[in-house]
Amino acid sequence: MQQNQETALDIRGLRTEFKVGGRWYPAVRDLSLDVAENETLAIVGESGSGKSVTALSILRLLPQAGARIGAGEVLFEGRDLTKLSEREMSSVRGNSIAMIFQEPMTSLNPTMTVGEQIAEAITIHRGASQADAMAEALRLLKEVKIPSADSRLHDYPHQFSGGMRQRVMIAMALACRPKVLLADEPTTALDVTIQAQVLMQLDELKEAYGMSVVFITHNLGVVAQIADRVAVMYAGEVVELATVDALFANPAHPYTVALLRTMPRADRATESLEPIPGSVPPVTAMPEGCAYASRCPLKQPSCEDKRPELLPFDGPGHQVRCPVRLEQTRG
Amino acid sequence: MIRYAIKRLLLAIPTLFVMLTAIFVLVRLVPGDAAAVILGDQASEASLRALRTTLGLDQPVYMQYLSFIGDVLTGDLGRSLSSGRSVGQEVLLVLPYTIELTLAAIVIGVALGLPLGIATAVRRNGWVDYAGRLISLVGLSFPAFVSGILLLIVFAIQLGWFPVLNSGSSGDPIERLRNLALPAFNLGIIMMAYVVRVTRSSMLGVLGEDYIRTARAKGVRPGRLVIRHALRNGLIPIITVVGLYFGTLIGNSVLTEIIFNRPGLGKLILGALNARDYTLLQGLMIIFAICVIAVNTLTDLAYGLVDPRVKYK
Ligand SMILES: Nc1ncnc2c1ncn2[C@@H]1O[C@H](COP(=O)(O)OP(=O)(O)OP(=O)(O)O)[C@@H](O)[C@H]1O
Ligand SMILES: [Mg+2]
Repeated sequence: MQQNQETALDIRGLRTEFKVGGRWYPAVRDLSLDVAENETLAIVGESGSGKSVTALSILRLLPQAGARIGAGEVLFEGRDLTKLSEREMSSVRGNSIAMIFQEPMTSLNPTMTVGEQIAEAITIHRGASQADAMAEALRLLKEVKIPSADSRLHDYPHQFSGGMRQRVMIAMALACRPKVLLADEPTTALDVTIQAQVLMQLDELKEAYGMSVVFITHNLGVVAQIADRVAVMYAGEVVELATVDALFANPAHPYTVALLRTMPRADRATESLEPIPGSVPPVTAMPEGCAYASRCPLKQPSCEDKRPELLPFDGPGHQVRCPVRLEQTRG
Repeated sequence: MIRYAIKRLLLAIPTLFVMLTAIFVLVRLVPGDAAAVILGDQASEASLRALRTTLGLDQPVYMQYLSFIGDVLTGDLGRSLSSGRSVGQEVLLVLPYTIELTLAAIVIGVALGLPLGIATAVRRNGWVDYAGRLISLVGLSFPAFVSGILLLIVFAIQLGWFPVLNSGSSGDPIERLRNLALPAFNLGIIMMAYVVRVTRSSMLGVLGEDYIRTARAKGVRPGRLVIRHALRNGLIPIITVVGLYFGTLIGNSVLTEIIFNRPGLGKLILGALNARDYTLLQGLMIIFAICVIAVNTLTDLAYGLVDPRVKYK
């Protein structure tokens, strides 16, 4: 569905590095992704696979010391965000690209009322007066369905539950009607029913605001619910890229297959969930060849020699970084 | 906020009673007969007895305690044994000088220490950070009397910018400020050193918080980020240090007043000690206790103003 639509955000060859013990190590490598207008792209992967680093790289919110974008471009509205000055970048942040974070309990400023925090982006980017911005903040609180919004506007974050705080975060992110919303595991910290409510709401708001959403999660159930396309990340790389339907019907990469097996499903008993043995290699000890090789049931001797490339699989727009699987389908 | 303030003020009352009782016990613990200590070995039995009656020492202890508390509550701190004036009067005469000095030191300490502390945290491991930490270390390692003498030698004796002998009591405001400058600076450097330290560590903690990243993600620029988002959250430990240091400051102001020959509680204490003026000393202890309790209460009130979460605990 995205072929005939304009690209909203285009990441090309992104490499993000951290300095550990005096040396730079990549946490995200050779990452290319694009998000079409009005599209929801999910990024999934285990903890430590580089999902957050990718999102933070787009908005350049990585720690100022010890982190850098080593290579690549992030194209947005005809500009390469990696080349902008800090000042130009801050007029993109919260304005045309906004971000929601994972931890609703710690991501809001405890000494500012939620109204002030929502209004802030409006005063910064729109130059609105405090009164106008607060009126808009109230409208947004109502929009994200905070009960008795009028009286809650002047409350502080600690007076809200986790789910309500995440709604406040969403209201904050929507304040300037961004073109792209980066949502970094916005529902992971919430319990299941609240999670479903927030997800549904995000989906509705995405339609209402006409946004593109990059939705980061390690929960494939969530992916099925809201995404159009999925990028599976492992050890800082995209290992598979597909539409949601193709990914669930025909997963190509052994890692995707393993991830799907960890997913709780109605038609299977919970006991048959299989955690993936082993763990993501640390950024300081990336293997030469395929990063997943040590955990992979399909491993061939050649897998450890050369880093596999991301190549087209059978369906349109379906790509996978696994020579063994590509070989299998061709042969 | 008002309920919180009232609660804090009410909490100060039991603290005050504990302090007063402690002072009462402490003074009674002085070994031997207080009257004999005051009047010396040569005193006649008649004059000793007379003094005991004036001091109420011939009464049973619980009566002494009740009249002590009653006197303090009605603002009667007794009469100075050496000057015969009421202790309250003696203290009120010099208290403004000490308050002036202490407040000036706090203003200097915070006005210099806060921005420097913020700068060291924002430019962590840069040259500003090293310079700030060095200044703070120097400020902390110089005893007040050493830095006081150094300031006197350089700015009063060598450069002659400020008076060496300090009357402090000039009516001319410019003259008064010149008198105040060196001793206030002397105390202010120590204050500044503490403020730099605590501001740096507090701000470093806050700048790493998730909500700071959230603010950056909203497009908040560095200046507003530090002042509006970080500083207010980092203020609690800073207020605590300023409040706690206030007690030390009064102690250091005693020393500073003596070095700079300024009128104030310092000289009053020195005089009272020399004259074994036991009612005056007791009165001074009470005044200090009240000051410290007042500052602690103010500190608690400031917490409530700064952090909305405090009020609800
Ligand atoms: N500031 C940092 N310094 C050094 N290494 C870092 C830093 N931030 C992240 N990393 C490393 O980068 C890798 C990717 O981290 P990232 O936070 O993107 O994972 P993630 O996929 O978001 O995981 P999670 O699901 O736990 O949020 C990890 O190996 C992590 O250790
Ligand atoms: Mg993450």
